[in-house]
Amino acid sequence: MILGMSRRFATFSFLLQALLVWFLCSGAGAAPRFEDSMAQRVLACTACHGDQGRAGPDGYYPRLAGKPAGYLYHQLLNFRDGRRHYGLMTRMVDPLSDAYLLEIARHFSALELPYPPPAPVTAPPALLRRGEVLARQGDAARGVPACTQCHGTRLTGVTPDIPGLLGLPRDYLNAQLGAWQTQQRRAHAPDCMAQIAGRMDATDVSAVVAWLAAQPVPAPASPAAVMPPTPPGAPRWRCGSAPAVQAAGERP
Amino acid sequence: MTRAGRALAVLVVLLVGPGAAVWWLGVRDAPEATDAAAPIPADEARARGAYLAKAGNCVGCHTRRGGATLAGGRAIATPFGTVYASNLTPDAQTGIGLWSADDFWRALHHGRSRDGRLLAPAFPYTSTTRITRADSDALYAWLMSQPPVAQANREPALAWPFGTQAALAFWRALYFRPGVQASDPSQSAQWNRGAYLVQGLAHCVECHGARNALGALKAGGAGGGQLALQEGYAPSLHDRAEAGVADWPLAEIVAFLKTGQSARGHASGPMAEVVLQSTQHLSDADLQAMATYLKALTQVPDAKPSGQATVKPTGAARVQHGARLYEDHCARCHGERGEGVPGAYPALAGNRAVVMAQTTNLVHAVLHGGFAPATAGNPRPFGMPPYVLVLDDADVAAVLTHLRTAWGNAAPEVTELDVNRVRAAQAR
Repeated sequence: MILGMSRRFATFSFLLQALLVWFLCSGAGAAPRFEDSMAQRVLACTACHGDQGRAGPDGYYPRLAGKPAGYLYHQLLNFRDGRRHYGLMTRMVDPLSDAYLLEIARHFSALELPYPPPAPVTAPPALLRRGEVLARQGDAARGVPACTQCHGTRLTGVTPDIPGLLGLPRDYLNAQLGAWQTQQRRAHAPDCMAQIAGRMDATDVSAVVAWLAAQPVPAPASPAAVMPPTPPGAPRWRCGSAPAVQAAGERP
Repeated sequence: MTRAGRALAVLVVLLVGPGAAVWWLGVRDAPEATDAAAPIPADEARARGAYLAKAGNCVGCHTRRGGATLAGGRAIATPFGTVYASNLTPDAQTGIGLWSADDFWRALHHGRSRDGRLLAPAFPYTSTTRITRADSDALYAWLMSQPPVAQANREPALAWPFGTQAALAFWRALYFRPGVQASDPSQSAQWNRGAYLVQGLAHCVECHGARNALGALKAGGAGGGQLALQEGYAPSLHDRAEAGVADWPLAEIVAFLKTGQSARGHASGPMAEVVLQSTQHLSDADLQAMATYLKALTQVPDAKPSGQATVKPTGAARVQHGARLYEDHCARCHGERGEGVPGAYPALAGNRAVVMAQTTNLVHAVLHGGFAPATAGNPRPFGMPPYVLVLDDADVAAVLTHLRTAWGNAAPEVTELDVNRVRAAQAR
């Protein structure tokens, strides 16, 4: 009787397990279903920029998730209107309206996803020290402001227009500063980043890029809500893509 | 007269006579009576001009990417070199600020600039010549009300001798006759309005028509045209197997022009730009008229059903490779059996754009992906990723061959060469 019970139980248990396995397999194996959502609409973006816009694997497709919406929106407009140059991006955004581009920007901006740890540091310590000085204090002699002056004390950006500088691959940061120096990348005038990049030499660029790429992203990674106060005596900047910069400089 | 003298005289007559005839045919302004339309109030003319400019998508060519509207500078690629669209703003020095309504009419109708220079037919005056004087004046009134922008015109970069006045005179003698669209009394007013819009302002044939070696439109109308630099193929409007709409319900044609979207697929590439900047802004009455005309276009006889016999069998390995690529990259959106998702992703099974003889647009779709145009009627389109960096030419050929031969589709294979031609032209 007991034996019979246990055999029946064993059969039942086996069936249960089989059912579970079938359920799990069918769940995991089925193609994701179509849904009428923004995530579905922007599959064209995440194919290169990584799942949910976490960044592509090779360092050239930057993260989109959690960046300030105004910043992302301006970049989409810049590609469409020829201020930034990447043929595939331009084709992608060409037939889209301002309203839809803003909706796409807000979609990615609202995603809160963990950041991976930074890549192992390979740069020499002296270079990293110079990079940290540039990032935190700037170089007054050359008229280069600290990164933190506009990108936030924690360098996670400032809403709505200023991007964070951490959690970005070294190759990407290098390419962007280089593109600003050669005017391949532009923003709305006055183009403050073009002016700043133009005052940096090759060593400055590699130093600040090496240091930024080596920093872990603080938690929470969300951008600051207000601009940090401009240090006393620091020059005022005007940025066409980020009106808050000028406003901060004018605060008493 | 000596024999040598006679021979010379004959030679002169033989050369000068036809030369003069060509010159006269090329540069004359046909002495046409311009309609003495009753003048309309200025603001009404400007409003009408703004609408007509949408119908003609003037802004599309006459605006550089990111540049000031209508200030020109956009490069128009042709097989003979590049022409840069001119500044149409009323700036006195660089635009058309000093032009009169007569000067403007002369450009639109006769293809000649204010100074009498013959214009290169990249400016589609072979179509705009059909526009009425009243519409030309309305367009002029609107253009003159736009903000002036100082932006110098850029000289065309055409291979010699194509940009010379002599070459243009010769070309015009052969291929250009000025003339306003004549109305066809045997057709309805709606058909006539549609014919006027399609053949005149909208200049559809300039892309949808095939061209000869000298860049002139061949007889036979909008029978399908290959765009320069492999930028795309504008399918035939006279062929049910391409973009002919004789079998479409009228409402569906109107909806396509208004939203860029239909149950059969969506506008892409240059046509997406046309829908975005032009047709979505037209009145329902005008879209109905265009649809009526397009639907009534004569259609070429249907080709014999392209049975499996006409399809070259491809190697088993290649077929498998194509099917596997489809599974990995396409099936998630386009469905296991190419059924698509209505309103989001076009079906590939039974889609004429997939089985069309010309494969340029298919290759573009896979290489560059993209979104349907975001129109008022379809404001949040779905997108397709680009595969130009993911799939090589052999992969693209295999997956496209799969699409063209699976689920009842039966079209010839796509070769690596077909893919490479597009990829190489785009990389230039």
